[in-house]
Amino acid sequence: MNHPFHHADSEQLTELRQQMISFARLQLSDDQQAEDVVQEALAGALKNAAAFNRTASLKTWVFAILKNKIADALRGRYRQPPMSDIDDCKDCSLTDDQLFDEHGHWHKAERPQRWDAPEQLVHDEHFWRVFDRCLDALPSEQARVFMMREFIELDSQDICSALELSTSNLHVLLYRARLRLRECLEDHWFGAGETT
Amino acid sequence: MMNCQQATRLMSEAQERPLSLKEQAELKVHTLICSGCRQFGQQMLLLRQLTRGARKPDDPD
Repeated sequence: MNHPFHHADSEQLTELRQQMISFARLQLSDDQQAEDVVQEALAGALKNAAAFNRTASLKTWVFAILKNKIADALRGRYRQPPMSDIDDCKDCSLTDDQLFDEHGHWHKAERPQRWDAPEQLVHDEHFWRVFDRCLDALPSEQARVFMMREFIELDSQDICSALELSTSNLHVLLYRARLRLRECLEDHWFGAGETT
Repeated sequence: MMNCQQATRLMSEAQERPLSLKEQAELKVHTLICSGCRQFGQQMLLLRQLTRGARKPDDPD
């Protein structure tokens, strides 16, 4: 049978658990709750082992379950330690200067290039490793709201109430995250093999 | 006239809220003449598609 944990050795499982915990910690800012949702997700993965699809990697599979557990935890909570210093994010404006000139136009070297993104990119483990590294390079509050929005798929209102953010603060954080993530992916994946 | 910084900001916001007609029109004019921002817009859609599509537990074979 397709048992999800059959093909992973204990070292891989320990590493996977560690990755899940750091992801959950980033989203929840609460170590105990992070441990709890990871436990629940792993238990859920075992229980639903029959639904595991071998074309998906084990990591993809358990993270999909973890994502739902985190969304439940966040929705049930609606109060979190507020994030600090969002309004005066100093190194944020630095990034904008690096990308845009004084008229707000792209610096020539930073102008987005065409991306070649084949269908199967979504299953490419190597791509997701690059993606994770780019995400890790973001300031943590940007990474956190980006993942809440795009990965856990909470809507803007849920995120604002959970983090006590204004809508415009959230939009700025998401914008910064997308700008940086896009640039990192172009530098390290999409543009890496091109001659242009 | 809208610059690239404003255009990219709007394209990000378009994923959070419906843009006004005025915003849509200005954005359209800008992306017509700016290939960088045109790419940016497509890449924002792709990013969303990838992050959401990536982790579906039961992708068909």
